[in-house]
Amino acid sequence: MEEAPAVIEIQNLDKFFGKFQALNDVSLKVRSGERVVICGPSGSGKSTLIRCINRLEEHSAGRLVVDGIELDDETKNVRAVRMEVGMVFQQFNLFPHLTVLENLTVGPMRVRKISRKEAEARARKFLERVHIPEQAEKYPAQLSGGQQQRVAIARSLCMEPRIMLFDEPTSALDPEMINEVLDVMVELAESGMTMICVTHEMGFARKVADMMVFMEEGRIIESAPPGEFFSSPRSDRCRMFLDQILEH
Amino acid sequence: MQKIRKKLHWFDLVLIILLAGFFGYIWFQIEGKLKYNWRWEVIPYYMFRFDEEKGRWVANILVQGLITTIRISVYASILAVILGTVLGLARCAKNLAVRMIARTYLEFLRNIPPLVVIFIFFFFLSEQLVVAFNIEGWARGIARQENNEVWEFFFGDMRRFPSMISGVIVLALFESAFVGEIVRAGIESIDRGQREAARSLGMSWYSETRYIILPQALRRVLPPLANQFISLIKDSSIISLISVQELTYKTTEIVSSSRMIFEAWITTAGLYFALCFSLSLLFRYLESASKSDKAKA
Repeated sequence: MEEAPAVIEIQNLDKFFGKFQALNDVSLKVRSGERVVICGPSGSGKSTLIRCINRLEEHSAGRLVVDGIELDDETKNVRAVRMEVGMVFQQFNLFPHLTVLENLTVGPMRVRKISRKEAEARARKFLERVHIPEQAEKYPAQLSGGQQQRVAIARSLCMEPRIMLFDEPTSALDPEMINEVLDVMVELAESGMTMICVTHEMGFARKVADMMVFMEEGRIIESAPPGEFFSSPRSDRCRMFLDQILEH
Repeated sequence: MQKIRKKLHWFDLVLIILLAGFFGYIWFQIEGKLKYNWRWEVIPYYMFRFDEEKGRWVANILVQGLITTIRISVYASILAVILGTVLGLARCAKNLAVRMIARTYLEFLRNIPPLVVIFIFFFFLSEQLVVAFNIEGWARGIARQENNEVWEFFFGDMRRFPSMISGVIVLALFESAFVGEIVRAGIESIDRGQREAARSLGMSWYSETRYIILPQALRRVLPPLANQFISLIKDSSIISLISVQELTYKTTEIVSSSRMIFEAWITTAGLYFALCFSLSLLFRYLESASKSDKAKA
């Protein structure tokens, strides 16, 4: 396999919340087109790590380069990175006062400055891709959780990002809605999108991941291709964690 | 919930009798001891009179005052919402200096009696601002023009414009402090996820505020904002003291010329009540309409 260039480079990242250290010397390299799945017990810093990548959290020390842009205090850099990095949240965070279509067009129109007509055409294309073109005129509150999360994915895609971050996208969903969201994510992975997913859905991870990352107490304990990761985890902690979540 | 009784209970009757006795006593005091000479029949004249020259009914002193009160309240409300929104945003700003300036402004206006605020600002406004922008000359110019109906419709007698505009500004400055606190509460009530979602799309602070945060925040604070508008109408009576010819000012004029203390003030109270109460009914209706809208959704 030829080496694609790294689009995300994380070097020795530390993050403190007051005295609590959420990230401890984390280094990670993600190449273009690569799909990384991060797992670990709650409070292990998974969410903090991906929130640092589009600077919803500021890292305390270390270096973070996304798509060739160094994330620092420069507002211009931060916005440039955010335009290239889409994010899907656990709680969807759709804009409740806007229709589905407006949720999808507000970013491209206000950030990319494209026309309403163009933005709406793009929005309908992506609603088609997440299989809910018929819901365009509704408000988020009128949709099921699974539909809302698919709208949230489409909203990020409308910005035509190069990287997508998923922060436990199925954790807030009823069990019967998880698959409709995972299906969309698998399709997205197959289209060659660079993805970093924080999730406990190991079936999904096995299917799409190029690399598995296990975190605990703010550190990366283990990172390996999924075959190796699931069959012979090197660390005890990782094995215990996998046993616990794969038991059922 | 406990069921609300619709039938009168013996205790209710006792209450009604006590109240009737109380008002009867006051009535007796006024009638018997003060020998007050009631002249209710003159009041309608103070509201409308027949203009012989124009050959039609025109507003007289009291209704003129009421219209001025409405004008001032509308302009002051608009200005207070604009200032208050800026203030509310400043209170939530990242920048410490901005936050401190907003806080200082707010604490000053909140902890000084409105009357004192109005006297201070009015002196400054009328002596400095009106002179600096030559508002007086400009307004007189318009007053002398032939076709000034449009101006008169919006601002009344243009010769009174300088004092009216000063009144509007001081009232708006005073109310903006309260509107600012309401807006701040609205902004803070918006879930953090909304900002994060907007930011993760690459939105600037302006876009995030203008398209995502403020529309939701303002919708949420509409009921307390409506209350504030009603307060503003009532507070507008204070600016009668800086000679703005609104309802309260006009009433004092009538009282000093005709000595009809009770009739004039009771009528004025009724006019304020009608104005404020109909506004609160309107807001209640709008609120329930928007709620049933949401229920459908």
